[in-house]
Amino acid sequence: MAITLSDEVVRNAIDTAALTRRLRGLRRRSRIKALLLVAPLMLFLLSVFVLPIGLLLTRSVDNSDVSLALPNTATALSSWSSEHAPDEPLFAALAADLKASSRERVAEAAKRLNNYESGIRSSLLKTARTIRKAEAPYQPAFVEADPRWATPERWAALKQAMPRLTDFYLLAALDLQRDEMGRITGVAPENAVHLDVLIRTFVVSISVTLSCVLLGYPLAALMARSTGWVANTLLILVLLPFWTSLLVRTSAWVVLLQSRGIVNSALIWLGLLDPTQPLELIYNRAGVLIAMTHILLPFMVLPIYSVMKTIPPVYMRAASSLGAPPSSVFWRVYLPMSMPGVSAGGLLVFILALGYYITPALVGGPRDQMVSYFIAYYANQVTNWGMAAALSAILLVAVLVLYALYNRLIGIDRLRIG
Amino acid sequence: MTERFIAFEGVRKSYDGKSYVVRGLDLDVARGEFLTLLGPSGSGKTTTLMMLAGFETPTHGSITLGGGRIERVPPHRRNIGVVFQNYALFPHMTVGENLAFPLKMRRMSKADVTQCVRHALDMVRMSSFEGRRPNQLSGGQQQRIALARALVFEPQLVLMDEPLGALDKQLREHMQLEIKHLHNRLGINVVYVTHDQSEALTMSDRVGVFNDGTLQQIASPHDLYEAPANPFVATFIGENNAIAGEVVELSNGTCRIKASDGSLISAIPGGGLKIGARTTLVLRPERISLAEDLAGANRFTAHVNELIYHGDHMRLRVTVCGCDDVRIKIPAGAGRTPQPGAHIDIGWAREDCRALAQS
Ligand SMILES: Nc1ncnc2c1ncn2[C@@H]1O[C@H](COP(=O)(O)OP(=O)(O)OP(=O)(O)O)[C@@H](O)[C@H]1O
Ligand SMILES: [Mg+2]
Repeated sequence: MAITLSDEVVRNAIDTAALTRRLRGLRRRSRIKALLLVAPLMLFLLSVFVLPIGLLLTRSVDNSDVSLALPNTATALSSWSSEHAPDEPLFAALAADLKASSRERVAEAAKRLNNYESGIRSSLLKTARTIRKAEAPYQPAFVEADPRWATPERWAALKQAMPRLTDFYLLAALDLQRDEMGRITGVAPENAVHLDVLIRTFVVSISVTLSCVLLGYPLAALMARSTGWVANTLLILVLLPFWTSLLVRTSAWVVLLQSRGIVNSALIWLGLLDPTQPLELIYNRAGVLIAMTHILLPFMVLPIYSVMKTIPPVYMRAASSLGAPPSSVFWRVYLPMSMPGVSAGGLLVFILALGYYITPALVGGPRDQMVSYFIAYYANQVTNWGMAAALSAILLVAVLVLYALYNRLIGIDRLRIG
Repeated sequence: MTERFIAFEGVRKSYDGKSYVVRGLDLDVARGEFLTLLGPSGSGKTTTLMMLAGFETPTHGSITLGGGRIERVPPHRRNIGVVFQNYALFPHMTVGENLAFPLKMRRMSKADVTQCVRHALDMVRMSSFEGRRPNQLSGGQQQRIALARALVFEPQLVLMDEPLGALDKQLREHMQLEIKHLHNRLGINVVYVTHDQSEALTMSDRVGVFNDGTLQQIASPHDLYEAPANPFVATFIGENNAIAGEVVELSNGTCRIKASDGSLISAIPGGGLKIGARTTLVLRPERISLAEDLAGANRFTAHVNELIYHGDHMRLRVTVCGCDDVRIKIPAGAGRTPQPGAHIDIGWAREDCRALAQS
């Protein structure tokens, strides 16, 4: 036939290198066009999302409080080493700084310094009060206020706190620290809490994701298969939780799950449970998993459902006409074709679960709090921005690594929400 | 006809419990036959095919395949190859995996699978495409793979539901030939569904014409074209003029019809005609001649209404025998062309004109 050129002819007729170059050029042009289209959104995201988060994350390595409050001391300490005893120029520099800087500045710096030597905070504040009234020579006045000013360790701690950048918080978020020699070591076991929390966060998120898949997949399949009012009702039931506030839903679980709650009462009434020993369903891991699975289930069901909706039934017919029994039709055709929905839902639920805060706080016990709880604790209760930012940074990096891994294994282009 | 391979007996099908979409289907298919089901949209062709494939169950009646009843056999045990209208190639598998699927389902050894897949790809001349995904193929290539997949496990029966519907005309004709050749070479049964009548006529051993859930006629393409059983088939297959009239004379193998303007026409009677009954005369446009030396039995003067140019031929629309829409096909360049408004002599042989009972 005249119209179908064989591939052979086409391949020979065209210089492949030139063709590749041309194709790449065309593709680049269409990519630039696409970028221009989303430019306003990009600017918006940049200014309200990327920038603030970036600024917050810099807090995890920022250490300028001390050097800003004590600039003269910083200069003096740069030529001092801990083999020597502290001498008058050091004391004079510190005294000048304490006199020059505002009280708030000094208070900030003192708080920061406490990370390097515990107890230094109150000592510095007390010393500052006396030094402001003192005259040179300053050394006696310092030593009188606190004898530790005579030790090189105190000044070594100050020197350690001077650099503008620090890995202190990032290390602490992973239960690590630097010893006096600057080597990285683990913190004392009784202080090691963060790693545990991070692992717990991942374990809870993975468990919630798995139970959402197990519960959500059959539901999505049922929804995709049904028609008319059944399909509508199911969809509304799945969407219903979105119309109530997260707090209300979580509180509802408290009512349901507590030891005199509806679930236990019902089980006792049915005679399945000894009234003196109700099931412990709340303020523990079980409560967290139940409540989070319920709350995140729609995020799993909807992507799976929308992918299933687009699978034409003719594929299943084709498979069975080719000799596949119903089980093979499911495993070899239906499941792989609905997989993009499962992985989209899985990624969505997992990432949402990682950041969960209110639900574990309300229905979990002290050993079920996730990393967001600690971020909030550092940010709101003890105003330790460095720690809050470091934990956030670690969480963010972990998510990005997982995302990259996911992209490697499954391919983000295979992900479909609808 | 040789051995009976497929038989529908009194098959009826209703989806909604109110009306039948297939009503009382009786159909025998011989072994090795290429049968086409032809009919307008919604006439029940796909439904019939799906009952054979096992995706729909008949409400009444029985279907036998190779001697055994199959109504209760699930689709995956019927061993029937199906080519669906949109090919239904699995998008998450490569071409090779698609072809290997039915073989793996039959627990064939790895080496055999590889060999069968290669053989099937050769058969449709697509060997170099084994590693591609279906969405990287053109429509015609996908069609060939779908065909190969329906044939690779060597079923005795292959069903095709408008497999060429999505292709352009040239490719469609090419694929028609290819399917026909495959059928001849493999000696399998094919039941083919289309609503393209030229496709039905060129490919089939026999064609079953459906309308409104009933089988109107089942016959070879030649018989269907030359001896349609009723006015529906006559107008559905090819182009036919339909002239209304009344039977005034009926003898063995011939009859005379009085048209509405009183002219008498000699014709061959179809079944079920009675004297005095209303009838529809059917007459192909290409069988009417304009020549002056007409020897046929039927000669009339016609008034030319319209002249339409068609490239290789021309069509006249004339008024004759009380019918104002009689079309005549004349080859291009066949002497003087009559102009609209003119009166011309036309005529046709008795054998070319059939009187069919009105249903
Ligand atoms: N699943 C179904 N449920 C209800 N009615 C159906 C169903 N499938 C088909 N029908 C009806 O049955 C009738 C016959 O349909 P069928 O698909 O067999 O037609 P067809 O001859 O294949 O038409 P086409 O040439 O358009 O494909 C139609 O009126 C259609 O509306
Ligand atoms: Mg159809």
